[in-house]
Amino acid sequence: MRTDSEARVPIAKTDLLPIRSGEDVVRVRQQVRARAIEIGLGLVDQTKIITAASELARNTLDYGGGGEVRIDLVEEGGRKGVRLTFEDQGPGIPDIAQALTDHYTTGGGLGLGLGGAKRLSNEFHIESTLGVGTRITIARWKSR
Amino acid sequence: MEIDGTQVLVRTITDEEPAILMAWLALLKEGGSLQTGRIREAELQTQAKVVLGQLRDALASGQSDFGSEAYASLRETLGEISRSRAIQGFSSTDTAKFVFSLKEPIFEALGRTQAGDASLIAAATRSASRLLDRLGLHTMEVFQTSREEVIGRQTQEIAELSTPVVRLWDGILALPLIGTLDSARTGVVMENLLQAIVDEEAEIAIIDITGVPTVDTLVAQHLLKAIAAARLMGADCIISGIRPQIAQTMVHLGVELNVVSKATLADAFALALRRTGRAVVRKQAAATTASEDRR
Repeated sequence: MRTDSEARVPIAKTDLLPIRSGEDVVRVRQQVRARAIEIGLGLVDQTKIITAASELARNTLDYGGGGEVRIDLVEEGGRKGVRLTFEDQGPGIPDIAQALTDHYTTGGGLGLGLGGAKRLSNEFHIESTLGVGTRITIARWKSR
Repeated sequence: MEIDGTQVLVRTITDEEPAILMAWLALLKEGGSLQTGRIREAELQTQAKVVLGQLRDALASGQSDFGSEAYASLRETLGEISRSRAIQGFSSTDTAKFVFSLKEPIFEALGRTQAGDASLIAAATRSASRLLDRLGLHTMEVFQTSREEVIGRQTQEIAELSTPVVRLWDGILALPLIGTLDSARTGVVMENLLQAIVDEEAEIAIIDITGVPTVDTLVAQHLLKAIAAARLMGADCIISGIRPQIAQTMVHLGVELNVVSKATLADAFALALRRTGRAVVRKQAAATTASEDRR
């Protein structure tokens, strides 16, 4: 279910990783790090996108019951970026605005992951349908 | 009509045992089983001989089902061989080859003894193939389980090794964290830290996160819990080793550690010394020499 706006951006490279266990979350972080280094993201930007990926991967695992992430290297008008799409077939998020509120949690965490991931990314897009699943897309662009 | 291949197979293996064994060993040697130097020729010979003998005995009992009682000792022997190979560091191919290279010698022996009767050869080959596949699968299963045991033990060792609590001075502990902080490791870390606080009667514990590649909300939560637990034990925590990019990320994430933090372990140690009423001073003698030099 790729939307039109995304399809326009040319994708240079794609990885598809499963998120089924805690080790998979580590693997996602490592792959995002490798891709971020590949397009020459600075150390701060690298750390931001890796941390955001870590938060969303863990949400996919803990709240979505597992799923997968697509890591795209994208290029638009000469600038490069990493775009991550997390998808799960979990219960979905009833109130997205509430889920994005800091310190709101239903799972005993700090309640900062989703909002934090949004703040750490240049682009953040979330769709969730109750009983169908959740799909979150984030991107971090190389600053020029 | 299905001809019972097992009968033919038993007869062939019994009659041709020395020839099969020789051909098998030759294939194993050719396949490079000895080249790695992990196993001696005599040992390989003994293993092959025992396996073939047990296979013959099991077949002679009239059973062709590898899961049955007749094959118990063969399963045991193969399991033992697999396990030792997994520990000795053989590759899975090498381990599988041990069983699968028995196929060809048996097929050849069948061809020799049952010359002329194609349907008998076919039936016996089918039985032999089916049985040896089961043997091979069993070998691989044991091999993999043993490997997983090795990995599991190593994981546990890493978790324990990588969370040492170091005594820097009387009442001052350091806990250098390295690698990914998952829930299992945090448990070990916390346990070690709290025990060390008791043992050393520590007032201050410095948690150094220089070696933690990513600090996300889960890591932060684990840290907060460790700090809270240490506080309950009467020790104050100082966090050190927060790199600039981690600091920026944590701010965006909205994580507050609510604890004194320092950029480096050295700074944290200096603060801990100050707090416990100590100071590091240069020796008077050295200072005098230095001033004399200048004159």
